[in-house]
Amino acid sequence: MSAMHEPNAQQIKDEQLYRQMGMTDEEFERAVGMLGRLPNYTETGLFSALWSEHCSYKSSKPVLRKFPTEGARVLQGPGEGAGIVDIGDNQAAVFKMESHNSPSAIEPFIGAATGAGGVLRDVFSMGARPVALVNSLRFGDLTEARDRYLFEEAVAGIASYGNAIGIPTIAGEVQFDNCYSKRPLVNAMAVGLLNHEDIQKGIASGVGNIVMYAGATTGRDGIHGATMSSSEVSVDKEGELPVMQAGDPFLEKLVMEACLELVKSDALIGIQDMGAAGLTSSAAEMASKAGYGVELNLDLVPQREEGMTAYEMMLSESQERMLIVVKKGREQEVTDLFAKYNIEAVVIGKVTDDKMLRLLHKGEVVAEVSADALAEDAPVYHKKAEEPAYFKEFQAMEMSEPVVDDLHATLKDLLQRPTIASKEWVYNQFDTQARSNTVVAPGSSAGVIRVSGTNKGLAMTSDCNSRFVYLDPETGGKIAVAEAARNLICSGAEPIAITDCLNFGSADKPEVFWQFEKSAEGISEACRKLNAPVISGNVSLSNEVNGVPIYPTPTIGMVGLVHDLSQTTTTEFKNAGDVIYVIGEASVDFGGSELQQMTQGKIFGQAPSIDLEVEAARQRELLTAIQSGLVQSATDLSEGGFAVALCEKAFGAEGLGAGVTISGSAVTALFSETQSRFLVTVKEEHAAAFEKAVADATKIGVVTDSNQIVINGDNGLLIDGTVDELRSAWRGAIKCLLNSEA
Amino acid sequence: MKFAILVFPGSGCDIDMHHAVKSVLGNEAEYIWHTEANLEGFDAVLIPSGASYGDYLRPGALAQSSPAIESLKAFAASGKPVLGVGNGFQILAEAGLLPGAFLRNKGLKFRSGNAKLTVLNTDSKFTSDYENGQVITIPFAHEYGNYFVDEETVTELKNNNRIVFTYADGNTDGSTADIAGVLNEQGNVLGMMPLPERAVEEIIGGTDGLPLFNSILKRWSENNVSHA
Repeated sequence: MSAMHEPNAQQIKDEQLYRQMGMTDEEFERAVGMLGRLPNYTETGLFSALWSEHCSYKSSKPVLRKFPTEGARVLQGPGEGAGIVDIGDNQAAVFKMESHNSPSAIEPFIGAATGAGGVLRDVFSMGARPVALVNSLRFGDLTEARDRYLFEEAVAGIASYGNAIGIPTIAGEVQFDNCYSKRPLVNAMAVGLLNHEDIQKGIASGVGNIVMYAGATTGRDGIHGATMSSSEVSVDKEGELPVMQAGDPFLEKLVMEACLELVKSDALIGIQDMGAAGLTSSAAEMASKAGYGVELNLDLVPQREEGMTAYEMMLSESQERMLIVVKKGREQEVTDLFAKYNIEAVVIGKVTDDKMLRLLHKGEVVAEVSADALAEDAPVYHKKAEEPAYFKEFQAMEMSEPVVDDLHATLKDLLQRPTIASKEWVYNQFDTQARSNTVVAPGSSAGVIRVSGTNKGLAMTSDCNSRFVYLDPETGGKIAVAEAARNLICSGAEPIAITDCLNFGSADKPEVFWQFEKSAEGISEACRKLNAPVISGNVSLSNEVNGVPIYPTPTIGMVGLVHDLSQTTTTEFKNAGDVIYVIGEASVDFGGSELQQMTQGKIFGQAPSIDLEVEAARQRELLTAIQSGLVQSATDLSEGGFAVALCEKAFGAEGLGAGVTISGSAVTALFSETQSRFLVTVKEEHAAAFEKAVADATKIGVVTDSNQIVINGDNGLLIDGTVDELRSAWRGAIKCLLNSEA
Repeated sequence: MKFAILVFPGSGCDIDMHHAVKSVLGNEAEYIWHTEANLEGFDAVLIPSGASYGDYLRPGALAQSSPAIESLKAFAASGKPVLGVGNGFQILAEAGLLPGAFLRNKGLKFRSGNAKLTVLNTDSKFTSDYENGQVITIPFAHEYGNYFVDEETVTELKNNNRIVFTYADGNTDGSTADIAGVLNEQGNVLGMMPLPERAVEEIIGGTDGLPLFNSILKRWSENNVSHA
C-alpha cells in the first residue's frame, strides 16, 4: 500500500482499523490520550507493535516481577538485549533465550534459523562474542506427517544458521507430545563472553549524536511479526499470514565481526539489534532508556524494495540489522569499519533532547510520538487467573503404579520413546566443535565449553518437563529449575544464573494465566533456593491450535561455572569395577511420567513432589564430591526413571555394563520419576569418602565389563539385557519414526 | 615457523586454526584478510574451514574471485606447504590446486562428529609423524563433504600415492574411494575434509591432529637447517 492510499487518522478511529493491527479499543484510546490527538496510520502502527505482548510484556509484567533478578554475580539483569553474569577474572557470561514459535509453525526452516540469528544479535549487541548455542524444541509425537516435517525442517534451519556462522551448538533438548502438534516450540539460546569494560547498552544519549543503521537492507518482510507472535496461529489461514522474514547467516557473521570490532571503539554510545518490531522498537527503546529523543530521516534507510512507506519501514522485521548511536563527528570511522566487512553503515538520524521519536519521510514529519509512551507506557494488564477444574481433580487422585507385564519390554519401549531416545539425529546436524573450545558436546547432561585462555568452563543446559507443569504448575516450575541445575551439577558446574522462555497458551484464558502465575512462583522459589537468579528471558503467549493451549512450557536455560576443567564430569561409565550409587529413593511418582503417557495414553494425577531443601542439599553435596575428585560419572534421573538413566550411562561407554540390585516394588524402582535423584559412579578407593560426602547415596552395584545391564530386585532378576540390544533401540528410534509412513 | 591463516568473509573456523598453530604449538601465526593477500615471508598457508561467502553458489566457489587466490597459487607453486581443511579443501579444489569437486552429503544433511581415518602415505610433508596404516580420530563438520573424482583421477591419485587419508569406518558421506584427504602432484598442497586443528588437545577432540602439524614443522626445520 502506498502512503497515499493509507487511511487517515479519522478513518482509523471510525472504522476501528487499529483492531487489524492487534490493538484493543481501550489501547487505542490510551494512545490517543497520550498523543493528545488521533494517531495517523504510521503512528498507529508504532503503538500497536510496541504495545504488543511480544514487545511490551503487558500481560506478563506483573508476573515477571516475581522473579529474583539480583545476585552477587549479576552485572545486567532483564531489560537489555541479554543478561550478564560475572565469572571472575574480569570476564562475564552473557546469555538469553528467545522463542521463535509462530514463525516456526508456518515456515519451520526459516523460522528456526532466524530464531538462532536473533538471539545471537542480542548477545553480540551487548559487546559479547557468542561462544555457544543451545536450543529447546517441542513437537508433536511424530505420528503425523506435518509434525515430522516441522521437526526435520526446524532442526535443519537451526543447523544452517549456527553452522554457517561458525558458533557451536553444544546443548539442547527435544521433547515430543501431541499438545505441540502443529504448534511447535522453537526456543534458541545464545551464550557469549566479554570482558567487563566491553559491556554495551542499547542507549541513544547525548544531544546531536548520530544514529546509524548497519547491516541488511530493509524490505517488506516480517511486517507486524511482533503482533503476529502475540496471537494464535490458525493453521487454516496460512494465506493471510505476513511474508516471513528470512535470515542470512553469512551477513550476520560479517555484521557480528564488525560490531565486535566497533565495541572496542570509544566512538560508540549505544547499540541494539533491530529485532521484533524492527526500527520502531530499537529507536524508541534506545531513546527511552537514555532519557533522550531520536529523529530519523527514513529517506536514508537502506531499502531493498521500491516505494516503501514509513509504516512499512518502521515495522519491517528484516533480519541482520543493527541500530547504532555514535559520537558526532565519528560517523565516517564507523562507516569505514563496516565497509571492511562489506556492510553498509549509514547515518539515518540524530539524538535530540525532546524525548520524542520523530520520523521524517520525503520532507515531511510522518510521525511524532513520545519515546517513553511507546517503550514504557504500554498498558499493564492484571489478567484474571482461575484454577482450572482439572487441577483439583488431579490433586485428589491417589497415585498408583501403571500396570506393567514385561519389565524388559517396557524398558525397551521407553528407550524408544522419542523424548527419551538418543537425539543424535538432531545434534549430528550441528557443528558442535567449532571454535575449538567444546569440552562436552551434546549427549551428556549439559554442554561444557572452555573459557578460552583459562582453565574455567561454562556449562549450559535447557530443561522443562511440561507434563509436570501442566499437572501442577507451581511444582512443575520448581522442577524445571531444579532439573536444569541437576544437569549442571552432574557436569561439575556451579549454577550461576538462568534465562527463561515462557511458552504458554493465551493469557486471556484465566486457566492459562493461572498456569503462568503458578509456574512463575515455582520458578522464583527454586531460583532463590538454588542461587540462580533470572537475568534475561522471553514470553511467548498464545501458543494454541484451534483454541487448545499447549502444555505450559516455561523453559529454563541455565548456565553454570566449571571452576577447573579437570572437574568436568559426564554421564557415561568410565571403568569396570567402579561402584554405582543412587542418590535419593524412589516413591510412587507416575503423574506425568513417560511410563504413564506410554501405557495409558494420557497424563493425570499429581506431579512428583519436590522438596527444595533436599534438592539443594543433594546438589551441594554432589557438586562438592565432584569438585573433590571423588566422582567418575554422574547423571540425574529424569524421564523414564532409574532404568533409563542406568542404560544411558552404559550407552555412552564402550564395552561396559552394570550389575545392580535395587529394592522396593519393581515398577516404582525402575520407572518412577521421583525428583532430586542421581546416579553416580565412584572408584572403589573413593567409595568411603564419597559415602561420607553425600548423605543420601546408596551403593547398588558395580560397573562391569560384561556388556550386560543386569538389574536385580528384592525377589530376583528384573532386567537382563545386552547393552547393544538396548542401545540400538534407543539410538535408532527417532530416525525410525521419521522414516515411517503415516 | 610462520603460518598465514587465510581469512575470507565467513571463514568461521579461522580461530580454530590459529589456536592450534599458535596457542598449542607455539608458532608464529597471522590472520591474512583475503584482500590483503600478501603471503611473502610466510612459511606455510593454512586455509581454515567455515562457510566462506556463506557457501553461496557452491562451497568454495565465490572465494575464487578474491585477490587472495592469485597469491595463493603463486605460494603453492613455490613448493611451500598449503593445507586446506573443510571449506579450505573446497576452496583449493575450486581453485584447481587440487583435483575433484564436492557434492552434498549422501544423506542430504549436515553431519558432524568424529571420523576414523586411515593414514595411507607417511612420506608426505604433512604425515611423516604418523605410522603407515595408523587409524586416527579427527573431528569433521560438513554438508558438502561428498568428495567426487572420476575413475581415471582415482587411479592416478592411487598410483602416485596422493591419497593421504581415507575414511576407515564407512562414514564417507559418499566420497569417491573413501577419500578424506589428497595431495597435489608436487605433494605440497593437502586438502582434507576432516579438521585436524580441532584435535590438538586432550581436553578438546583428542590429539590425533598433532602429528600432522608436527610433520609440517619437522620438515620445515630440516630444510631450514640444511639451508643454513
